[in-house]
Amino acid sequence: MPLLTPFETEALLLSLKVATAAVVCSLPFAVAAAWVLARKEFPGKSAFNALVHLPLVVPPVVIGYLLLVTLGRRGIVGAWLDETFGIVVAFTWVAAAIASGVMAFPLTVRAIRLSIEAVDTRLEGVARTLGASPLRVLATVTLPLTLPGIVAGVALGFARCLGEFGATITFASNIPGATRTLPLALYTSLNIPGGEASAVRLVILSLVLAFVSLGVSELMARRVSRLVGGC
Amino acid sequence: MLAVDIGLRRGGFALEAAFTAGRGITVLAGHSGSGKSTIAGAVAGLVRPDSGRIAVDGRTLFDSAAGTDLPAAARRMGYVLQDSLLFPHLSVRGNLTYSRRRGPLTLDRVAAILGIGALLDRRPASLSGGERQRVAIGRALLSGPSMLIMDEPLASLDTPRRTELLPFIETLRDELALPILYITHQWSEIIRLADTVVLMDGGRVAAAGPLQTVLTDPDNAGLVPDGSVLEAVPTPDIVDGLCRFETPAGPLFLPRRELGRQRMLRLFVDAHDVAVALTPPEGVSVQNVLPCTISGLAVLDESHMELRLALAGNQVIRARITRHAGEILGLRPGMAVHALVKSVSFDRRMQWRGID
Repeated sequence: MPLLTPFETEALLLSLKVATAAVVCSLPFAVAAAWVLARKEFPGKSAFNALVHLPLVVPPVVIGYLLLVTLGRRGIVGAWLDETFGIVVAFTWVAAAIASGVMAFPLTVRAIRLSIEAVDTRLEGVARTLGASPLRVLATVTLPLTLPGIVAGVALGFARCLGEFGATITFASNIPGATRTLPLALYTSLNIPGGEASAVRLVILSLVLAFVSLGVSELMARRVSRLVGGC
Repeated sequence: MLAVDIGLRRGGFALEAAFTAGRGITVLAGHSGSGKSTIAGAVAGLVRPDSGRIAVDGRTLFDSAAGTDLPAAARRMGYVLQDSLLFPHLSVRGNLTYSRRRGPLTLDRVAAILGIGALLDRRPASLSGGERQRVAIGRALLSGPSMLIMDEPLASLDTPRRTELLPFIETLRDELALPILYITHQWSEIIRLADTVVLMDGGRVAAAGPLQTVLTDPDNAGLVPDGSVLEAVPTPDIVDGLCRFETPAGPLFLPRRELGRQRMLRLFVDAHDVAVALTPPEGVSVQNVLPCTISGLAVLDESHMELRLALAGNQVIRARITRHAGEILGLRPGMAVHALVKSVSFDRRMQWRGID
């Protein structure tokens, strides 16, 4: 007998796919937002900061709903995407990835922002006096020294994506094989009479997954900090 | 030549500074908060003044009237700070070769001058403070700078490391003929290194000029240590443990201890260690007697006065005596007297003790 049922395998693989896509695609934006928040002063910065942190403080269902009215088939952006490119994201795994990516965004940004703020700006200043362009300073000084924070942010964001429920079920719905990630599968099992046994297995699976991803991120963080500050 | 004339206001602090720095080492001196580091940052291009102009060898780096503000990357200013600020994620070699600009110096030459050839594959975290600072200097040199800015480069080092690093800085001046803007508040460093001193006080230039002039100008009392300098060249002539030194004011006999290999020494002559006599004294233990003329006389308080003594070779030293002694001897400006300096007092000063 295989270790996992097809129902569980499907949910697990989908969860990994959704979380990976969400984290990878949002990372450049998260780094950019973190850099802007850490290093730039501009009018409306606190409004921008609030916008970035919005998913952290409003109910996930609200975020899901907002995504639906913008990116849904009849939504402002969604309708345009459908008409121009024939792309429909609502109720697909892409929608699940967008929902969890948005929810995880503030956590990733916070971790990276703290790390950028910890980089001594005088190091960047010295790099400039050595003739480095702003882009080269960013690529050769700021970002390498921020790497521990980026790893931490990615780990945090990935974990958040694996646990995403409210925004996903609102925006992407609960479609087997398309948007039914682990938390949604667990929710489904709990709603089926006699589904407790299946629910317990999913709980254990979620816990194992969480511990494995924590372990992997810890290992990466250690390697990276050796690389950055090492002797 | 560096020409600075800038104004800058940050909160309650106002900086208004104009000076020029030529060949050799120009020391920007003054207490912390006097605006020295702000000027260094403005010249390097990391601090933007509100107004004024900065130019190097006729090349304008900053001019508020013309709207010129050359980015730091285009200024060719080597910048070395108190914390060496090496890139922690790069090896020593990676730090040294960070700049893509090419100057006249090769990596091998710089490594040889600074004695860091054996460190190239090490990480900054494994270096000592002195080694780190030498690598930081090397990194700046390899970016082909037209000038070196050193902001308190020795401040975070202990005394043995400072002593170890000073000759390297002199080498940059002498062998590479690189103009250096050197920032410090330590008079020991100023006395040893400065060709020109720009003395900052409360965001303004309080005095500027050759070291000896700045030290002996009565207007600078309170800003400079109570003393003066004599430049002395050691000779091989040694009698009873005393070495004969040639100075522009005449020979001096001093203990040769702790001199190292230096070709020229700046001797700090503490005003309190100088006495005057109307006639060449006999039967005293003081060995250094220099004929001189009183060029200036100032009453300090109810019991003390200070003399400025003009020696041969356009040298000036300061002497602090009691008013009582001045009255008895009838000292007047223009009088020919003899300055008496104890050899042991030089001995103490030769260790370049910090005075402030």
